[in-house]
Amino acid sequence: MADERDKSAASESRRPAVDRRRRGVLGAIFGSFLGVGLAALGAAGGLWTLATSRFMLPNVLTEPPSRFKVGFPGDYPPGYVETKFKEKSGVFVIHGAYRGKRQVYALSTVCTHLGCIVIWQENEQKFKCPCHGSGFYQDGVNFEGPAPRPLARYAIRIADDGQLEVDRSKQFQEELGQWDDPACYVSV
Amino acid sequence: MGFVERVRNSQLWKSIFRHPAPVDRRNRALVVLTNFILHLHPVSIKKHGLRLSYTWCMGGITFFLFLVETITGVLLMFYYRPTLEWAYNDMLALRDVVSLGVLREVHRWGAHAMVITVWLHMYRVFLTGSYKRPREFNWVVGVVLLVLTLLLSFTGYLLPWDQLSIWAITVGSNMARAVPILGHEGPGQQILTVGGIDMITSASDARFALLGARVVGEETLNRFYVLHCVAIPLVAAFLMGVHFWRIRKDGGISGPM
Repeated sequence: MADERDKSAASESRRPAVDRRRRGVLGAIFGSFLGVGLAALGAAGGLWTLATSRFMLPNVLTEPPSRFKVGFPGDYPPGYVETKFKEKSGVFVIHGAYRGKRQVYALSTVCTHLGCIVIWQENEQKFKCPCHGSGFYQDGVNFEGPAPRPLARYAIRIADDGQLEVDRSKQFQEELGQWDDPACYVSV
Repeated sequence: MGFVERVRNSQLWKSIFRHPAPVDRRNRALVVLTNFILHLHPVSIKKHGLRLSYTWCMGGITFFLFLVETITGVLLMFYYRPTLEWAYNDMLALRDVVSLGVLREVHRWGAHAMVITVWLHMYRVFLTGSYKRPREFNWVVGVVLLVLTLLLSFTGYLLPWDQLSIWAITVGSNMARAVPILGHEGPGQQILTVGGIDMITSASDARFALLGARVVGEETLNRFYVLHCVAIPLVAAFLMGVHFWRIRKDGGISGPM
């Protein structure tokens, strides 16, 4: 490396003399142009990255809303499991019992093992996962198969118009003692 | 040893850049020759090739617009669904509610500009006689690229799925009815007849293959979407590689007459 530099310096000395001071000025101007250009390029690249990141976040969703009405408490006779909200909203609404207290509650349809959607078997009176055979009682507590914990509950309340309203944005897990929270059931 | 030199001599730098620092003529040439991004460029060009009044830079601008269309197009694909239910709504959503949805307008105007610049490029090449030997083959590649640019515009025109799109493609694809031999209303259609049965009918001619149906519908939308986003850009990108490489191999930008 050092040899090459010496050689180029030697060959340069054979060329006609140049005004070194002037070359320094030109170099400074060119260098600062290059600097400004690279800075502008960097700024444009950064802005573009930020803008495309924002572009990737949609402002309007086409998925169903997380809060929705599921009818009046009177629509749910004791022991009834409503499955018509399963497809669209991912919820079973049930008039069942938990620790001897009669409640209406909303269970998640997602198996706690690996996330398949469970099926309500009316004859067996249990939720069954088609993937690995996990079973859950009507109250959502697991009793067979590999599922490690009960199905999750969603928030449910009586809305102003007297209808039950489920809020999928709040989850309650039995093994954490969260099912005692009155936000996740309606006493009947 | 300065900081820059230490970086240049590091194993990391040398593993990425295969050439020494471009401090002399030989290494400046090597930088261009051995770098993947730069290797399509000639190592040196003739001075007249830089004159804007000679080249108009229309080929370069066309390529730049192709890159703009590719980048904006990929981003639009994140929002656009080519189905009857969503195509038009997704297009409106890009206009009305998506942040930076103006990318769709950039894509549209870029497409218009690209058609103009590709024509002007062809006009310049014709005026300067640059299609002559040894550049005849590259002229032919260029004509194919021109047709592909027009087909990209044609297929992209259907995707907004508004009335203008649907009827424009209906009218446009009706031309394929009248193609000789392969169109069911074209001359010579009756030549392809086996045992008195027509082989070319409204359900087996060129138009049918293009639309995937007898009328413009969801099948057509899907076909044009795949043609617009995948098939034609792939062929065009390959031919562009050939086109640029041939410019260099045919002796660089042609000289002034």
